[in-house]
Amino acid sequence: MRPVWMERPSVASHVSKAAVLVAVCLLVAFPFLVIVSTSLSSAETLDRTGGYVVFPTSLDFSAYEAILSGGIVTRAVLVSVGVTVAGTAVSLVATVLLAYGLSRRGSFAHRTLLAIVLLTFLFPPGVIPSYLVVKELGLLDTYASLVLPTAVSAFNVVIMRGFFMNVPQELLDSARIDGAGEWRVLLTIVLPLSKAVLAVIGLFYAVAYWNAFFTAMLYLNDTAKWPLQLLLRTYVLGGSTLGGSSSFDPGGAASLPPVQSVQMAVVVIALVPILCVYPFLQRHFATGVLTGAVKG
Amino acid sequence: MTIWDRLRRDRVLLLMAVPGIGLLLVFWYLPLLGNVVAFQDYLPYIGIADSPFTGLENFRRLFEDPRFWDALQNTLVLAFCQLVLLFPVPIALALLLNSVLSPGVRKLVQSVLYLPHFVSWVIVVALFQQVLGNAGVVNQFLREQGWGTFEFMTNPDLFAFLVTSQVIWKEAGWGTIIFLAALSTIDDSRYESAAVDGAGPWRRLWHITLPGIRPIIVLLLILRLGEVLSVGFEQILLQRDAVGSAAAEVLDTYSYFYGVVGGEWGVAAAAGLFKGVVGLVLILAANRVAHALGEQGVYSRER
Repeated sequence: MRPVWMERPSVASHVSKAAVLVAVCLLVAFPFLVIVSTSLSSAETLDRTGGYVVFPTSLDFSAYEAILSGGIVTRAVLVSVGVTVAGTAVSLVATVLLAYGLSRRGSFAHRTLLAIVLLTFLFPPGVIPSYLVVKELGLLDTYASLVLPTAVSAFNVVIMRGFFMNVPQELLDSARIDGAGEWRVLLTIVLPLSKAVLAVIGLFYAVAYWNAFFTAMLYLNDTAKWPLQLLLRTYVLGGSTLGGSSSFDPGGAASLPPVQSVQMAVVVIALVPILCVYPFLQRHFATGVLTGAVKG
Repeated sequence: MTIWDRLRRDRVLLLMAVPGIGLLLVFWYLPLLGNVVAFQDYLPYIGIADSPFTGLENFRRLFEDPRFWDALQNTLVLAFCQLVLLFPVPIALALLLNSVLSPGVRKLVQSVLYLPHFVSWVIVVALFQQVLGNAGVVNQFLREQGWGTFEFMTNPDLFAFLVTSQVIWKEAGWGTIIFLAALSTIDDSRYESAAVDGAGPWRRLWHITLPGIRPIIVLLLILRLGEVLSVGFEQILLQRDAVGSAAAEVLDTYSYFYGVVGGEWGVAAAAGLFKGVVGLVLILAANRVAHALGEQGVYSRER
């Protein structure tokens, strides 16, 4: 809706604005299209087009059947799902408790604890000392090493704390007068009012765990424990051919689907969860949960 | 109220903070202390406590290593490219989006542009490879036209631009969020009175919109400066082999390959510490400059 004081835009400005927006959107969307199309293409189509397909002519799911019928991709998917679910639960619990613990101004040691959280913004610990700590704790080659070092994000704590502090104080006070302890207040009043921020922060953590590859590369030597992203790096970026290599058994399919579509299918599988949660994230951006918290 | 009364009153809150604070102490602050290995001849089998102290020996070796200076130079080049090329893009995009009046179009464009932020670096590099790689869509098209192959992804000279364009592709859309939020806080009546006074769209942009988002621009610029030496560790690690270490070694990868891969823990930790300290100095200096210019900066006196 154009306010009355604003000039009517010229045709030229309309057209150029639209052109820029369309071009930008295409730049973002095009690579995704290529990946999905190639993963769904049969060997003949790929031979004819020389390896890439922008618009699929036929749908062929053999690449997906091959990698999901057991074998290392299936196992990596399970590892990634497990780490993501467990990690998100740990992160969310620790973050909610810490954010609530810091949400009352003037509580005991409130400023010191807040400083401990905020100072992490200033100085990253560095790869080498982090590795040494994980090693000294005996966590190398454990799934815990993929979760604990990155479990609490100071940024997420600050966002959630900002949200908790905006819960109307009268509600909390009246509950306390009724004799509710802090746990009751948190569980029965604060959390039900904070579903949106819980969803967003939870999804942030989940996406981070799902996407992480460096922690796995750093802390895991045992290839059997590899999550999907590390597998992607080795077989899709590292150039090792996933379908043809002897070290890789896609899992008993009689005739192997084309290497190219298998590789792209692994990429798509790594993308699917992101695409599934994206609409939820999107809805909460719309309500301004995040931006509001960032401003405050 | 005495300290003990307050402690008793808030004991549940403190208890709640324990797991989160504990994780930060163990996995953030303990590694900070672990940086002492930068001053040690660290030997993994005898541990940090018993490894001999060597003073600044690791730093001497670090500064005598030509590969360190190469890594520092590459880091600075990449940091410069990202600051100059990347930083303005989200601001421009946000201004463009803000001028789109139809909420439907705006929402559609936003959903497309935010998506790459949630895609992992492994996938982003894979996507770029499929499109721009030597066997990718674009080069296939070029070859079909008889124009030969253009090495976007393996040419060391283009590496800085490749990396920067990937960051722009991934983060520019997401970066608009905070600017859009800042833009939405500018009071409409200011635009209205400017328009009534005869200021056209460009003058309104210059005199109202940009000053309105200046504090947030300054804030993000300072934060960006603090991270300027962390030029996309995962992203570069993934592509280092394709262009060679001469162009793609940065301080983080130098530290990683020297230490975790090469076993030179002390020198690698020294490189990491060097990077962290420079980043800290940059952020504090930038904040001081911002204060001097009358901006709020990252932290003011009260938090």
